[in-house]
Amino acid sequence: MKDIAEIRADFPILKRKVYGKPLVYFDNGATTQKPQCVIDTVDEVYKSYNGNIHRGVHFLSDMSSEAYEGAREKVRSFLNADKREEVVFTSGTTGSINGIAFSFGERYIKPGDEIILSRLEHHANIVPWQMMCERKGAVLRVIPINDKGEIILEEYHKLLSNKTRLVSVTQASNALGTVLPLKEVIDAAHSVNVPVLIDGAQGIQHGIVDVKAMDSDFYVFSGHKIYGPNGIGVLYGKEKWLSELPPFQGGGDMVDKVTFEKTTYNELPFKFEAGTMNYPAAIGLSSALDYVLKIGREDIASREKELLKYATGRLSAIKDLKIFGASDRKISTISFHIKDIHQYDIGMILDKMGIAVRTGTHCAQPVMDYYGIDGTVRASLCFYNTIEEIGLLAEGIEKVKSMFA
Amino acid sequence: MTITEVQDNIIEEFSLFDDWMDKYSLLIDLGKELAVIDPKYKVKDFLIEGCQSKVWLHPEFDGKLITFTADSDAIITRGIVALLIKVLSSRSPDEIIAADLYFIDKIGLRQNLSPTRSNGLLSMVRQMKLYAMAFNAKNK
Repeated sequence: MKDIAEIRADFPILKRKVYGKPLVYFDNGATTQKPQCVIDTVDEVYKSYNGNIHRGVHFLSDMSSEAYEGAREKVRSFLNADKREEVVFTSGTTGSINGIAFSFGERYIKPGDEIILSRLEHHANIVPWQMMCERKGAVLRVIPINDKGEIILEEYHKLLSNKTRLVSVTQASNALGTVLPLKEVIDAAHSVNVPVLIDGAQGIQHGIVDVKAMDSDFYVFSGHKIYGPNGIGVLYGKEKWLSELPPFQGGGDMVDKVTFEKTTYNELPFKFEAGTMNYPAAIGLSSALDYVLKIGREDIASREKELLKYATGRLSAIKDLKIFGASDRKISTISFHIKDIHQYDIGMILDKMGIAVRTGTHCAQPVMDYYGIDGTVRASLCFYNTIEEIGLLAEGIEKVKSMFA
Repeated sequence: MTITEVQDNIIEEFSLFDDWMDKYSLLIDLGKELAVIDPKYKVKDFLIEGCQSKVWLHPEFDGKLITFTADSDAIITRGIVALLIKVLSSRSPDEIIAADLYFIDKIGLRQNLSPTRSNGLLSMVRQMKLYAMAFNAKNK
């Protein structure tokens, strides 16, 4: 693995200062920074071969289409999916879940049917299902969590019934960092013939994801959270599901034949890709995945594990600081509170020290409600962060405490 | 003091500090000093809900002047509220409605506390002006 100085040199933004202080970027759960190769790739699309995909007869269109389909193949191999037809590009995790919630609802859901989510979901994996349930008269069931911030598997098993149509859970909690026991969740659902969607927004960037090994029916993620461009996401679905589901958007390129009487749809995956896709971002995502593979996913995971361990130790040592989320299996995300200081005050002052964290509910209000709090400060780390930066955070928090004392 | 004089005083006070940390220390001090609001007004009716911190704002109109009291669960937000109260409290509705709050820009709060930060600064100003309009309408 490259050493940390080399890794950091790959990300131009990490050199910048904010308020005259070196940037300490601990908001990777919200979005990750981009390595130079991704920036160059997107730049190159616009500079030298931009042309709309799948529809031109000309050189540029061919070149763009080829690069776009190359990106699809890259995602397929990154996820270890069987076929490129199983990889659909979308606008992001939110777009993917909304799409599946709509199509799945249209195809399979009747009044009284149930969808199971967990208490750890962010709003993107709650609201689309709620909207679908309202439309179809279906019901959401929620897997509860324990004080450590882990889902309670026994309760999950009780929720699974002959009314369950789908289970949709996150790979890791964005608010607490908890990694879910996906194998157990998926196997239990499959034992009663229920498909499972895994929301990989906080999982894809932290280690190896193998959709075949985990046997998930759907897997979704956002490009911008794995060092790729914004505005691109992935919806992986097993072919048997994607061929049965109706499209969630209509438009150009997703059709086979259009008359005003009836339209027949294009084959997979194009059936789900209506209109002009964000192909420059898809091509940029491909470059980001190459970068991650070059660094090495095991190495990323082990580096982040070290950072998490060190940060947990440093922050736990601070008096009056309480960490939420105490699972043994966590991504490198730490959510915390300091007694008698509002998270917004902490975030504002850390910002002035150049330290970027997120404050508030992290779009996961049910998690905050569980703990009876109205928000936390969240430091979400990734492999380009350093032990020194964690030291700066710890010192920053001490400074904050002295300012508000 | 007129609204302009109070604003100029605030601008001068903040101009003593170059460093953002010092400016925020001042806001924190202002927040700590803010006169307490009557607890009976810390209810939903007087809540201005921002995404990040809660602000309660209560107006009292004696027929001539409006007196505001307020509170927030975050101290920096209390500091901002304290500044707005210094400028706009104990003024006539007409003065409040007409007030041009240039001090927010001048002390650099606007770019640091933009609406996307959901700090409620703009909602607070809007709410104070709305109260002034409502009392004005009632008076006529």
